[in-house]
Order: sequence, then C-alpha cells, then structure tokens
Amino acid sequence: MSLLALEDVRGGYGEVDVLNGVSLTVGEGEIVVVIGPNGAGKSTAMKAVTGLVNVRGGRIVFAGEDITGARTDAVARRRVCYVPQEKNVFPSLTVEENLEMGAYLRRDDFGRELAAVFDLFPPLKDKRRQPAGSLSGGQRQMVAMGRALMLQPRLLLLDEPTAGLSPKFREMIFERIQAINRTGVSVLLVEQNAREALGIAARGYVLVMGRNRHEGSGALLLADREVATMFLGG
Amino acid sequence: MDIVQAILYGLILSSIFALGAVGVSLIFGILRFAHFAHGDMVTLGAYLALAVVTLGQVSVWLALPVAVLVTAGAAIAVDHVVYRRLRRTRPVILFLASVGVAFVLRNLVLGIWGPQNLVYEPGIKLPMQFAGLRLKIDQLVIIVASIALISGLALFLRMTKIGKAMRAMSDDPDLARVSGIDTDAVVRWTWVLGGALAATAGVFHALDTRLQPTLGWDLLLGFFAAAILGGIGRPMGAIAGALVIGLASELSTLFLPPVYRSAVAFVLMIAVLLIRPTGIFAEARR
Repeated sequence: MSLLALEDVRGGYGEVDVLNGVSLTVGEGEIVVVIGPNGAGKSTAMKAVTGLVNVRGGRIVFAGEDITGARTDAVARRRVCYVPQEKNVFPSLTVEENLEMGAYLRRDDFGRELAAVFDLFPPLKDKRRQPAGSLSGGQRQMVAMGRALMLQPRLLLLDEPTAGLSPKFREMIFERIQAINRTGVSVLLVEQNAREALGIAARGYVLVMGRNRHEGSGALLLADREVATMFLGG
Repeated sequence: MDIVQAILYGLILSSIFALGAVGVSLIFGILRFAHFAHGDMVTLGAYLALAVVTLGQVSVWLALPVAVLVTAGAAIAVDHVVYRRLRRTRPVILFLASVGVAFVLRNLVLGIWGPQNLVYEPGIKLPMQFAGLRLKIDQLVIIVASIALISGLALFLRMTKIGKAMRAMSDDPDLARVSGIDTDAVVRWTWVLGGALAATAGVFHALDTRLQPTLGWDLLLGFFAAAILGGIGRPMGAIAGALVIGLASELSTLFLPPVYRSAVAFVLMIAVLLIRPTGIFAEARR
C-alpha cells in the first residue's frame, strides 16, 4: 500500500479549478518527482495535500486515512511536512527559532534533530542567531528544509527546492534530498530542473493542464522522447 | 525647568500610549486588521476596575489585576462571537466590525456608569516636589510599571514557545499553519495580551486623569499614531513610536495651546505615512 495517494483530485484556489483530475502515489521510502510546464498544477497538487487548496473532487489518502480537506495543522500532525517554494522561512525569526517552530508540535526534546539539521546543513550552525530574512536564497532553502525535518517527517513535500539557485547549490540540495531519503523519509518533489530531479527519483509524473500526462520510473521518463523534447530541453 | 516637566508628563503619556499601541500592533500583525475597538477596550478596563473598587471596597491597585483578567476574557469573547466568523473575509470587513464593537463597548459603559467624570478614590493627591519638578506617586508607578510590563512582553515574545509562535504567525500565517503551529492558541494569546495591556492603560490613564466614557476613544489616535510610527505589526517599534508621540504631544504645549496636543499626533502620523509608510524604524524591506 502506498503512503500517499491522490485519486482523481480536482480543485484550486477560490472558484477556479487548477487541478482537473490528478492521480499519483508515493510509496514508503520513495522519492517521487512531479514535473510539467508552468501552470500545470504541480505546486497546487502538492498544496492540496496540505489543506491549503480547496479540493472539490477526488480523494487524498495518507497512510490509509482519508485526509481530503483536512486542516493544515492536522496534516502537519500526521508528520507530513511541506516546504513551499517561496516564503518558506519566518524572516524575522532567527535560524534557530525557525527550526524550533518546525518542532512546534513536539513535546519531547528535539536536540537530536537540531544537531542533525546542523550536520546536514553546516552553514546554518554559524548563522543560528541571525534572522532568516538576512540569509541568501540557498541558505534560506536550507532553513526551510531544516524546519520541515524537525518534526521527523514521514513524508516531505518539497516545492521546487532548487528554483533560482546556482548549479553548485542545486547539486548540493539534490544530494541532501537523497541523504534525507536514506534515513527513511519519503519525498514528493516538484521540480523545474527535471533532468536532475528524475535522476534521483524512483518514479516521476508529468502533469499538463492539471491532468496526468505521463508517468513511469525516473529512468523511463528520462528516456521518453516526448518528455525529453517537452520538458528536458531536447 | 518647563521642558523637563513637560518631558516628565510626556513620559507618562508615552507609557499609556505604549501599553495600547503594543496591543494594536500585535493584533494587526497576527490578525491583519486595524482593531478600532482597542480604545474602548481600554475604557472597559478602566471602568471594570472602578466596579471592583466600588463593590469590593478595595484599592485600585488590587482592582487592577481583576480588571486585567476580565478585560482579557472579554477580548477573547468578542473575538469568538464577532471576529472569528469574519476571519476568512477581507481586512476591511474586520475593521468595520471592530468599529461596531467600539460603539457597543462605549455605550455599554455609558449605560452602566453614565456620562459624568468619575474617580477611583475621592480627594486630591498632592504631587511630590523635587528640584522644582512635580510628580505624583501614582504617575511614578505608571511609568515604572509600564516599563516593566512591556519588558515582560518583549521577553515573552523572545523566550516562550507561544511568544515565538506569535512572531512566526505575524511573519507568515500560512507557513505557521504548515509548521503545525496552533494558530487558534496564538490568536487567543494575542487577545489576552492585547486586552490585558489595554485594561492596564485604561486604569493608568484614569488614575492620571479621571474616568470618562470616551477615555479610551480619545487615546485611540495616539495608539495608532504610535503603532504606525514604529511600523505597524512590530510591537517593539510601537514603544519607540509611543515615546515620540507622547513626548511630542506634551512638548508641543510649551508653544502651542494644549487643545492642539492631539493634532500634533495626527500631523506626525500623516507625515510618517507620507514619507515612510513602513514606519520610521523599519529597515529596508527585502
């Protein structure tokens, strides 16, 4: 049984539907990538899981439980942790306070996770007392991912974590995602940098116009001629 | 000496402005609307203390904590009955609802206690004199207690889990929800703190002047001017804003007729809105 399943999900913001029937699954321990052109509903599909989108049709199931239309904090309580593409840190809070907010739901000691995040992203350790708003884009992305890791997620939802980053940072983020995944965290990843993302993914989905267009293993999609010409730059 | 005396009076006014402005700023940051009923919450606090003084035959200092608790409770109740239902609408609707709440509160006070001036304890208290300066013991307590309370609030926002969550929600409500922050609890704490500080401001101002149904309403402009000056949504900026507004208002009486006192606050507020709408202390926005 898959950890997360979207079944024919329809919905969007306000009255406008962005999703016209999206289905996908993430298995336990998998990295799954969603690619597609701008406006295809990739980010919206991910946000639908977190309860930030009005879902008007279909079902979202996490770990066997129907979470369609669940409150955002209730989704977090199931340890589904979402990292938005933009506005993914609390700018006036320090790096350490950002990480503490990630652990808001925990009653136990989270010193170990804090140390683990600093191990994963060493630059954050020196900047722990600085406001997150003063950091560079790459460092903010580290804070954002670190915040999500504080809750010991079962599923990590990453919305274009490498957008706007230099190739060096991009490579580093992809490598860290794999490291996080190796600790047993399942990952759903929305990406523009499709080639690199499919390279680390077990499976991938291509969305177009709020619908599934292709799906398959990362290697299969990378080899697909149509996918290649449309999304991988030939 | 007149200047020093005016600065002293300015500090008293600043203290009262700060207690209210911090609440206005906190509420704006977290609930995203200008809480127009804040002045009348101040009035309510002042009169609740009077009720305790009259009914319990106790000193106003004993009545103060009771008034603070009841006002905080009233703030949560109003939020529950009125604002909570409007949370998903636009800020202007919440603002207008708070205008309605302001009228209800003021007329409630007017209906129960009447329009006349009242005091907590009859009799005239003579000010202490030193080096030609006059200061009543109450006024000294007002300044010291306000500094202590606001320092306490600053520590609360820095050190406690819920305080940090309040700052987080003020930064980004959606990200706060995504992180699992209990935003309902944050909202409740916002009203508790805003209401408590408002009641304190009311009792202090009534001690310094007298009880009057428009007591808080007359202060509201100063609250907003101070909050805007400090950059609305930044409670700690509001303190500096309150100092500027309070001192400027009192110092203006040295060369302007005292009736223009609140006009000075207005002019300062408009000037800041025109020149630096994010507040005089705001760093360049990223």
